[in-house]
Amino acid sequence: MTRPPATAEIPAPQQRERVVTIFERSAPGRRAGTVPACDVPERPLAELIPARLLRERPPELPEVSEPEIVRHYNRLSRRNFDLDTGPYPLGSCTMKHNPRLNERVAALPGHARLHPAQDPKRAQGALELMWRLERALCEICGLPFASLQPSAGSHGELAGLLLTRAYHDDRGERRTKVLIPDTAHGTNPATVTMAGYETVKVATNERGGIELGDLRAKATGEVAALMLTNPNTLGLFDENIAEITRIVRDAGGVLYYDGANLNAIMGRSRPGDMGFDIVHVNLHKSFSQPHGGGGPGAGPICVSERIEPYLPVPRVVRSEAGNGAGPSFAFDYERPKSIGRLRGFAGNFGVFVRAYAYIASLGGDGLAEASETAVLNANYLLARLRAGRAGRYLPPAFDRRCMHEFVLTGAPAKRELGVRTLDIAKRLLDYGFHPPTIYFPLLVDEALMFEPTETETREGLDALADAIEAILAEAEEDPEILRSAPYTTPVRRLDEAAANRRPVLRQGAGGG
Amino acid sequence: MLKAIGAGSLDELFADIPAELRLDRPLDLPDGRPETEVFDHLAALASRNAHADSELCFLGAGMYDHYVPAIVDAITQRSEFLTPYTPYQPEVSQGTLQAMFEFQTAMSELTGLPVANASLYEGPSSVASAAYLAIGATGRRRLVASRGLHPHARETLRTYARGFGAEVVEVGLAGGLTDAAELAAAVDGATAAVFVQNPNFLGAVEDLERLAAAAKEAGALTVAAVDPITLGILRPPGDCGVDIAVGEGQPLGGRLDFGGPSFGFFCAAEEHLRRMPGRIAGEAADADGRRGFVLALQTREQHIRREKATHNICTAQALNALGGIVYLAWLGKRGIVELGELLARRTAYARERLAAIEGVELLHDAPVVREFALRLDAPVAEVLERCAADGIAAGYPLARDYPEHPDGLLVAITERRSREDIDRLAESLRAAVSEAVGVAA
Repeated sequence: MTRPPATAEIPAPQQRERVVTIFERSAPGRRAGTVPACDVPERPLAELIPARLLRERPPELPEVSEPEIVRHYNRLSRRNFDLDTGPYPLGSCTMKHNPRLNERVAALPGHARLHPAQDPKRAQGALELMWRLERALCEICGLPFASLQPSAGSHGELAGLLLTRAYHDDRGERRTKVLIPDTAHGTNPATVTMAGYETVKVATNERGGIELGDLRAKATGEVAALMLTNPNTLGLFDENIAEITRIVRDAGGVLYYDGANLNAIMGRSRPGDMGFDIVHVNLHKSFSQPHGGGGPGAGPICVSERIEPYLPVPRVVRSEAGNGAGPSFAFDYERPKSIGRLRGFAGNFGVFVRAYAYIASLGGDGLAEASETAVLNANYLLARLRAGRAGRYLPPAFDRRCMHEFVLTGAPAKRELGVRTLDIAKRLLDYGFHPPTIYFPLLVDEALMFEPTETETREGLDALADAIEAILAEAEEDPEILRSAPYTTPVRRLDEAAANRRPVLRQGAGGG
Repeated sequence: MLKAIGAGSLDELFADIPAELRLDRPLDLPDGRPETEVFDHLAALASRNAHADSELCFLGAGMYDHYVPAIVDAITQRSEFLTPYTPYQPEVSQGTLQAMFEFQTAMSELTGLPVANASLYEGPSSVASAAYLAIGATGRRRLVASRGLHPHARETLRTYARGFGAEVVEVGLAGGLTDAAELAAAVDGATAAVFVQNPNFLGAVEDLERLAAAAKEAGALTVAAVDPITLGILRPPGDCGVDIAVGEGQPLGGRLDFGGPSFGFFCAAEEHLRRMPGRIAGEAADADGRRGFVLALQTREQHIRREKATHNICTAQALNALGGIVYLAWLGKRGIVELGELLARRTAYARERLAAIEGVELLHDAPVVREFALRLDAPVAEVLERCAADGIAAGYPLARDYPEHPDGLLVAITERRSREDIDRLAESLRAAVSEAVGVAA
């Protein structure tokens, strides 16, 4: 493997660019877009709207030409690393290929130009698509009902806990606590607080699963729900899952499944069959919606019979015409026990189109194959790493076979080589790879979490393993190479602490 | 690969799943199909939707048929923006981070409030997020919402409020505007925040300063949901004593997309910075002193602060917010004023033109910018059906959201609806109302 530069003496080409914002490119009088000419009486604005409700000075938006805007954002784009350029084994994020067909069908005027307040009778194609997507997600999750409304995983979690609250309220029960494993994503406890509950942590056993004794002790009548990811954030499938759901159900709690890791088990196992009541599905993970640098996503939820009455409105309903005509679809708002709305209109429909196109492309068998390949790829990468220096310096946190992702601990590297997980991640950038997720889950010291997904080839996985091997060899020779990395990226390590002490969060804000 | 792993079969890799929990049949979904067939299937579904290219669209109610410049699609479809994750590795995410910083600057300029985040999901849930901040900042749990606030926002606020353990109280409208006296009476020492919208759902331009003063007197925050495209001409909320301005970003270069994805924005007074929800980009220097950008103040967020986080949001709407800043750069400092003026003038023209029709009158005569409400002397659903037959989506019926206005119709104007289009609507509406009245009689 060819080593990338390990010195900052010769700045990389992008490092020599002067960083200028679109506001700093502004020059008075320049413009890109033009507004249509006024074709109605040109009445003074103050005649239409009282002057004191009007703005005195125009907002200081940039004054730039179209070519300047194009160049500016094209240059910015080249300062990003992206999935279409190279491997992105970011654990827990499922960075799988984003098929371009999905972009094309989402842009069809019948989708992209469809107004959300259109009479549903004249948006039948959109409602049918939503209904079909709901049915497909229900089949994949093994649960009978769904709502597509939540806009991301965290929004689905909030929906889930508000459903939980409505369910218990309806039964006249006051429950105050939500159980989550100590390996959980940060969104889980943050959601618990937003939904008005108190977080109770459940310990992890030596196999990386839930500690059953601890769960039994904590599954009291005060527990509203358990939130769980399975396979969990260690990439391990909890073999005791049936017992776990039984314990919580027997205590009267609702079972919430965080679908962040659904990509491991599609067509192989279903959360509903494991005993879960509510599942959120990240369409931007398992179902190929592009991540967009932090959204948009969508977090539909699938639920069991006992949760169904509380689902958000509007619901999509299908009815048979009965006279030989096809079925028709409508929004149903008349759900007296519903928790209500979670957002405007019917959800991130453009994301539904992409996810539906993905499911239609792969089919049931294809989805199962995607999960199988994701698991195969993760295990292969793990095996390759164990056989090399990583086996010594970055051993698995739990010595088991993994599902679609795995977690290594950089504790030995820190101890023996004096390099931290952060240093290894930064050096990977010089090698042309996006690093794995680092320092998560929290219970693993110096954690590195790899999720290669099904879209990497064997050659791609080999190249990643070779890069890590080369980096650890560099660390044996001279750990300083890693500690000062990266060298070749548009900027080098940034001083986040200083940025937080004296935050500058907009142009012209000075020390903010 | 299995050999390298030391496994005999693929099934062996799934051995941790207990046998009784393994799905012993294929998923009951249609078989996978080649790209050409999937395209045809999706195109067939899309063809069954009447959309803003196939008919003349006067629908608004929170999302609007503004022109989306080609440059927005060209930039947001670039792989480098489309396919990366949230910028956790700033050294290779400078494009996304700088775009966030620019977006924050633009939103701050528009709203007149000093701090802005990098996006939330969309409009109504951003209103609920403001309630969460207000409850945390004041320690109070009463939320007072004007009926001028978007019905979806009020419903979302109620949904979230059950989790917050908060109470939502509504204040009515008088003459199309939030009833200031009723508002002042509703706000008390237990009130965390007052929620208003500008222009409000019925299109009326509110006196934000007066409403905010009433809230402030009781020690409550004022949250204004604002339409960003009107802020080229309307007084910015930050100049009116508003503490938090949120809103739906779709008008800024977003597709209609049947309601999403778009973006929500969240701007606030300086003192609320540490309670802000969502990602915020900030300027930073690298090891060699070069200018760069990072995710700032992450200790607010769920991945660090967990149950003490200011919000649970993780994935937001970064790509849509990028579209927003590209749009605002395209429109520019002069364009946003000119567009606001054009909307106000065309809306005034349309309002007069339609109100002159027999059987049609104004639902209120408060000032408007881009949308206005009418009252019809004929069944609204029937009138809309007749206009649809003319290829016109004439407006949004108010009956479901405002039972007090069973005969109400909300009409939205954009720069894409010319005088000629408005005249066409007027003719269609005239005929539809007169026919519907004739049938009813």
